[in-house]
Amino acid sequence: MRYEEIVHRCFRCGYCKLAGDYSDFNCPAYRKFMFETYSPGGRMWLIRAWLNGDIKNSERFQEILYSCATCANCVEHCVFTFSEDLVNIFIAAREELVSTGIIPPPVRDYFKNISISGNPYKEPAEKRGQWAEGSLVEEYKDQEYLFYIGDVGSYDERGKKIAKAVGNLLIKAGLSIGILANKEMCDGNEVKVLGEAGLFEYLAEGNISLFKEKGIKKIITLDPHSFNAFKNDYPEFGGVFEVYHYTQIMAPLMESGKVPLKDLTLRVTYHDPCYLGRHNGEYDAPRRILQSIPGIDFIEMEQSRDNAFCCGGGGGNFFTDILGGGEESPNRIRVKQSLQTGASIIAVACPQCAKMLDDAVKVEELEDKVEVLDIAEIVGRAMA
Amino acid sequence: MSEILKALAEIVGENYVSYQPEELFFYSRDPGLMPANKPDFVALPKTSVEVQEIIRLAKREKIPIVPMGAGLALTGLVIPLKGGIVVDMKRMNKIIEVNEKARYAVVEGGTSQGFLKSYLEKNYPRLRHSIPDAPPAATIASNVIIHGQGRLTQQYGFNSDMVCGLEVVLPSGEICNIGSSSISSDWFSKGAPLPDLSGLFLGWFGTTGIITKVGLRLYPKKKMRDVEIFVTDNENLVPDMVYEITHTEMIEDVLIFTQPLPMMFKDNHHVSFYLTGDTDEEIEFKRKMVWKALEGFIKSKDGGFMSIPPAMKGSLLEMPQTSASRLADVKKGGGFEYSGPIISVERYPECSRKLVEMSLKYDLAYSGMVRIIGRGHSMMFGFAFTFNRADADMMDRTKKALEEISYYVLDIGGVYWKPTVAEQKIAIERMDPNTRHLMRTVKDVLDPDGIMNPGNWEVY
Ligand SMILES: Cc1cc2nc3c(=O)[nH]c(=O)nc-3n(C[C@H](O)[C@H](O)[C@H](O)COP(=O)(O)OP(=O)(O)OC[C@H]3O[C@@H](n4cnc5c(N)ncnc54)[C@H](O)[C@@H]3O)c2cc1C
Ligand code: SF4
Ligand code: SF4
Repeated sequence: MRYEEIVHRCFRCGYCKLAGDYSDFNCPAYRKFMFETYSPGGRMWLIRAWLNGDIKNSERFQEILYSCATCANCVEHCVFTFSEDLVNIFIAAREELVSTGIIPPPVRDYFKNISISGNPYKEPAEKRGQWAEGSLVEEYKDQEYLFYIGDVGSYDERGKKIAKAVGNLLIKAGLSIGILANKEMCDGNEVKVLGEAGLFEYLAEGNISLFKEKGIKKIITLDPHSFNAFKNDYPEFGGVFEVYHYTQIMAPLMESGKVPLKDLTLRVTYHDPCYLGRHNGEYDAPRRILQSIPGIDFIEMEQSRDNAFCCGGGGGNFFTDILGGGEESPNRIRVKQSLQTGASIIAVACPQCAKMLDDAVKVEELEDKVEVLDIAEIVGRAMA
Repeated sequence: MSEILKALAEIVGENYVSYQPEELFFYSRDPGLMPANKPDFVALPKTSVEVQEIIRLAKREKIPIVPMGAGLALTGLVIPLKGGIVVDMKRMNKIIEVNEKARYAVVEGGTSQGFLKSYLEKNYPRLRHSIPDAPPAATIASNVIIHGQGRLTQQYGFNSDMVCGLEVVLPSGEICNIGSSSISSDWFSKGAPLPDLSGLFLGWFGTTGIITKVGLRLYPKKKMRDVEIFVTDNENLVPDMVYEITHTEMIEDVLIFTQPLPMMFKDNHHVSFYLTGDTDEEIEFKRKMVWKALEGFIKSKDGGFMSIPPAMKGSLLEMPQTSASRLADVKKGGGFEYSGPIISVERYPECSRKLVEMSLKYDLAYSGMVRIIGRGHSMMFGFAFTFNRADADMMDRTKKALEEISYYVLDIGGVYWKPTVAEQKIAIERMDPNTRHLMRTVKDVLDPDGIMNPGNWEVY
């Protein structure tokens, strides 16, 4: 296994499962299951036990590995020098499982759907660009930026609304963008983190040659997960592009007053998506946008920035739901954390987080107290 | 077996009980060097009543129960030596009450040190507790049960001395309040002016009951904190230095460290002491007093103050000190274990020499980590070795070094702290027979079926 030489170095001290100020457990999988085995250190010890033949590949072991939301709280808070490889180690262990062919059925189905349909929703490619109908966004020709949407923004009902809001905002801000519509392919971020390295390579190479063929040099992504794959993983396959998450492009434009806004008297809190925040260190751009909207009372959750509590959708769990529901599910915990701020809006910058938190608001029956909106949707309201 | 599983699931909910190989593997060991042994079940209770029902079930079925906090005592105290149910207490992590004016907190039996620290910082910035340097996931109940020591130990004694009440589920299944809370709604004392029954539980490693609530004294938190290090290459003078420093009554914690790496530390003994104050004047006054107290050693060229680089100062001021945990990775192997006897401060010179001798004999990387307890009334001398978990030979050498140290420390007047089962046996053998008999009587009365953390503190 990749990283095999590191696995035994975990001391199982547990710094990794806490928030940086030790105020609470901050590993979403541990918080949900509460057995040490579901904590980052637990995973390290079990991976070692599995490699040593002390335990076998079982449904439980698979659940333990696949309930990790790859949120990188452990990467941030483990006090050892190998901390930055923790998520990589968990992914490497998943790769090993995949190579044995014995993996949880939802993970297997996810791979199958990507292989067959090119997306996890089993929808035809022709529908990929349908979200853009009635928006200002056009297909990519020779615009300055490719606006890359990803599977969730392309096919999920909530995601499609966000794609539209972001697309319209980028155009109204004067940016030259185009989408690939039905030619867009899955970015592969979740394929990679679920452990199908071969399929990821195929997708990465496919995307890279398509982007090159189209002469694309600059990319704005809707989804932090795509942003992560393009920025951090594609270069190793020769795909070096100028990659931005949409909030990074919009923050300076909003601050310069380029987008005229009316007052929006709202108390808003912000949920950091793991693939924008901890994985890529971008905490400020979304906040700068929110703070540029006149009238907004912006308030931080106690668990924010590198201490943000994951919504539970990462690591493929958005599609596989191995982390699962229930009162202790991360999205419900996160919504309750946000309520403590007194905010009526939870701002997000990721369609996966939006859907996860939306679902939690519904299950908790909090629709009359709090609303989950993408930052672009909030700006859209201020523009209306 | 499946009947027990069913019963446990009814008590804690089926999601919070396991008999799966993954949990049995993990909960059969701790990060230290003691051999693993599998439990039959792992259960995660949420309330005192659930703990009570688990104990009643165990009593009925005559199956062992092993309470566990974070499993960080390192000496195998949470390894289920005779199988049974490991009761992981960490779902019971509520801070129930903070009484600001009476300066105490009441927390559930699985609440971590980190939670309390963070809670106080946010809600009661003028209060603090005696946090140990164990990783913050370590629990408060476990720490007092093993007579831990923390940042306020030089001032107020063992952390267990700071307990001001307990709620315990007895091996009979009864829930029992200990201290003032047995009569009053206030948790100001663990015993006095009543007979102090807390001694039936503190130090017993869960063999006499499971603590479900702890009352813990809190202390004034000053606005500022600083650290100084007085260095000497003469270990014989360390007890005198400690005597002078503690005489000032001006300081918080006193720690001594001696280690071979980095080179600047080699062959030296670093007496670090912490100063706190609400104003610069207060800290400077205290600093002056301590400097004055140590002046003689400077004049005789036996010691001097070390200038502490900012990064090091930051690390020394951390609570808990992450560097203590990082010792486990010095050999890139995730392992660290220490024998930490409680011993007279006067024994510092021979302990430090023994540590170096053992490291040479067994070819191990070492660190001496000492915490002064009370005004020099005793110290915890940590003979710490770091090892590589993937190197069986190094693990074996570490074990041997620690075993040799076990005998050595008793010979020079020390008493084991959080002893391994082997050390417990040695201690019981050497104990005054009447004390041993008393311990046995207590155990027989409280846990006649021997279901509580069996294998530990077994007196025959
Ligand atoms: C890097 C490092 C630094 C350390 N520094 C310090 C230090 O500065 N000071 C210090 O005191 N210690 C220190 N320790 C030792 C130890 O980690 C701590 O004492 C810690 O508080 C143990 O807590 P735990 O929750 O891990 O205990 P565990 O190992 O889980 O349990 C210890 C004992 O308590 C029993 N127990 C647990 N919960 C209950 C309960 N609710 N009721 C009854 N019995 C129970 C267990 O059965 C066991 O016998 C250090 C350890 C490490 C690894
Ligand atoms: S991953 Fe790091 S912080 Fe977590 S238990 Fe292991 S060593 Fe400790
Ligand atoms: S990445 Fe997140 S979910 Fe996965 S082990 Fe680390 S903290 Fe837990």
